[in-house]
Amino acid sequence: MKPKHRRLYVVALALLALGTAAALVLNAFEDNLVFFYSPTDLEQKPVAIGQAIRVGGLVEEGSVVKSGIDVRFTITDGARTVPVAYTGVLPDLFREGQGIVSFGRLSPDGTFRAEEVLAKHDENYMPKEVADALKAAGEWKPDTTQ
Amino acid sequence: MTVETGHFALIVALILATVQATVPLWAARRGNHDLMILARHTAWGQLICVALAFCALIYAFARSDFSVAVVAMNSHSAKPFLYKLAATWGHHEGSLLLWILILVVFGALVATFGRGMPEPMRARVLAVQAMVAVGFLLFTLLTSNPFDRLDQLPLDGNSLNPLLQDPGLVFHPPLLYFGYVGLSTAFSFAVAALIEGRVTPDWARWTRPWVLIAWAGLTLGIALGSWWAYYELGWGGFWFWDPVENASFMPWLAATALLHCISVVAKRDSFKGWTLMLAILAFSLSLLGTFIVRSGLLTSVHAFATDPARGVFILALLGIAVGGAFLLFAIRAPSMEGGNGFAPVSREGALLLNNLLLATATATVLLGTMYPLVLEAVTGEKVSVGPPYFNATFVPLMLPMLAIMAVGPLLAWRQAKLLSALKQLWLAAIAAAALIAVSIWIGEAGVAGVIAMGLVAWLAIGTIYAWVRRWWGPGALRRLAGLPMEVHGMSLAHLGIAIVVAGITATSVWQSEAVRLMKTGDQVDMAGYSWTLDRVYDTLGPNYQAVRGEISIHNADGQKVAILYPERRFYPDSQQNTTEAAIHTNWMADLYGVLGEGSPRDGWAVRLYHNPLVPWMWIGSAIMALGGLVSASGRVRARRTRARAAEPANAAA
Repeated sequence: MKPKHRRLYVVALALLALGTAAALVLNAFEDNLVFFYSPTDLEQKPVAIGQAIRVGGLVEEGSVVKSGIDVRFTITDGARTVPVAYTGVLPDLFREGQGIVSFGRLSPDGTFRAEEVLAKHDENYMPKEVADALKAAGEWKPDTTQ
Repeated sequence: MTVETGHFALIVALILATVQATVPLWAARRGNHDLMILARHTAWGQLICVALAFCALIYAFARSDFSVAVVAMNSHSAKPFLYKLAATWGHHEGSLLLWILILVVFGALVATFGRGMPEPMRARVLAVQAMVAVGFLLFTLLTSNPFDRLDQLPLDGNSLNPLLQDPGLVFHPPLLYFGYVGLSTAFSFAVAALIEGRVTPDWARWTRPWVLIAWAGLTLGIALGSWWAYYELGWGGFWFWDPVENASFMPWLAATALLHCISVVAKRDSFKGWTLMLAILAFSLSLLGTFIVRSGLLTSVHAFATDPARGVFILALLGIAVGGAFLLFAIRAPSMEGGNGFAPVSREGALLLNNLLLATATATVLLGTMYPLVLEAVTGEKVSVGPPYFNATFVPLMLPMLAIMAVGPLLAWRQAKLLSALKQLWLAAIAAAALIAVSIWIGEAGVAGVIAMGLVAWLAIGTIYAWVRRWWGPGALRRLAGLPMEVHGMSLAHLGIAIVVAGITATSVWQSEAVRLMKTGDQVDMAGYSWTLDRVYDTLGPNYQAVRGEISIHNADGQKVAILYPERRFYPDSQQNTTEAAIHTNWMADLYGVLGEGSPRDGWAVRLYHNPLVPWMWIGSAIMALGGLVSASGRVRARRTRARAAEPANAAA
């Protein structure tokens, strides 16, 4: 193959690969970008029932109710709260007063149905989203992170 | 005192590195042989100094010297001794020192084993390697000195995150860094070639073993990290497309592309500019990974304590290294084009496709990893890009790759016939069809899962066939012994990939999970086994208290298969709980149990998994890494045979 043809061939292949990738990426972004909401955000910006989102805040003191492996608790950012329902084993660092982020969907009754609950691996760290949400709600006390 | 010695040794290393980064470059330009040789000595000098510093830090951890800030922050007197030692690299400062140690080890190795190279080339490579070392030594001395003392002596240490008290910490970071940092050699060779202004097949032969060694280390490091996450986090998953995982995966993808195209340079003197670019890119992605992990942009078990100054420093390093290298590339690369032509259907053509697919896959992973970080920095909006994104972009790009991988090795260089190659793959096609049929019969695999299982058989059988074909027939043993190491290496690595993909696919589509509240005596039937929680009792570890469960597993015939002992541990020194999953493997599947919270009255939350073919991922990764090392050893042999061939000629003359 002549150098000129080879170059054309390479460019055509590269464009094809990039085009495919771009299509895949755009398609995947549309469905799979998951936005983060604090309880205050949820009040202010409507979220469609059943859309996958992440919600984060502190687990409200005294809100955890367990029955078997079903757990209900409330997430707060100090200003607003969201009721959460979860089925399964909670992470080791999950406890009242702890900052968590959970992935899931809103149900029609306003309860957040969590599919995943993440408490950070190291309790010295507040999840960054939670810290920002608390700051936004004016409830941030730096010493609560320790 | 040892601590100050360590600090001092680091400063000496910085001075040596500065000398090595400048003088040999100048000497290579002027043809001053004595000063070029200086680089070899300074490379060893750097290694000795950094090793000394590293030993000083290990010693401080071994003695639990809490006057040293990082020891007080990350160790505890009650820790088992092995983990006191491993804690040396369980935090930002220490792991950075490990990074630098491996960097200078590679520098010294290149100085010693790069004998085949002309002296100016070696001097330039070592100079570039030293430039990287200067950057990182400055970084550690200015922003993250591991030898800082505390003014007030604490009574005891802060202890390490208990998740890190695990054999994984002993092996995973050193191996991963070995791969990450090993790619610096590819960078140094590429920049040296750009300074020299030419790329030759010989250059590719010198560079190739270093890329392969680094790649093998990276492969093992990633696999170990994945294995660690699999048994330690207790979620039954092995890969989460976490930004930190991606940070190690992107250099791996780039290095994989690099080691394929570098052989085209070695064999056919083509793909030169692209190879240089990939070499620079692979190490740049390593640096980007370092930036992501250490800048405090993320919070994860990998993210070290945050200090904005560090992030800015690494970003500056990244900018200088990447910007400088690509600038040099832009100036020099156009004069290097050319090379030998090839037809679209040829070994080169297949490798070109491989490179395009790998590069595109790297780009999609990069986009998914960086997009949330960039979006938040720009608009403040918080989004996350989870596994579904990566499954929807990465997987479709890798499936054609697996298909091509079986065909490529059967194609001749320059020009080949696709049809005759495909005809040779009839056995692979039958195997693929069989496995597809089995997958459909088992059910629940989905389209991608079924295709992936078919491709596994296609690739495995195709690879074995292509290997056997090289030596089968009259004089088989002699031909087998005469095969170049790179053929064995490639075959092993491709077979390893097939085995890994089998593991990933099988566990992704056929994993069974049960989450139950179980009292002692309760039984769960899952995946053809019955799982009984026999008892739960308290026990003590060296520095933790634990609740241990005993889960017996019986198969359908009522025979006892295994007893699992999952634990919930509580570490008093750090006031943290961890979950220790219990795993029984029969190499075809893992039986996996996790004990959650609970009490005798209400029962315990128990998670059980049946994970088919998971062990294959670890075995396949080891085979891949072995393939890389076998292939890397090939160069030595080729040179020896050439030397032997040259001897009679000399004698005759």
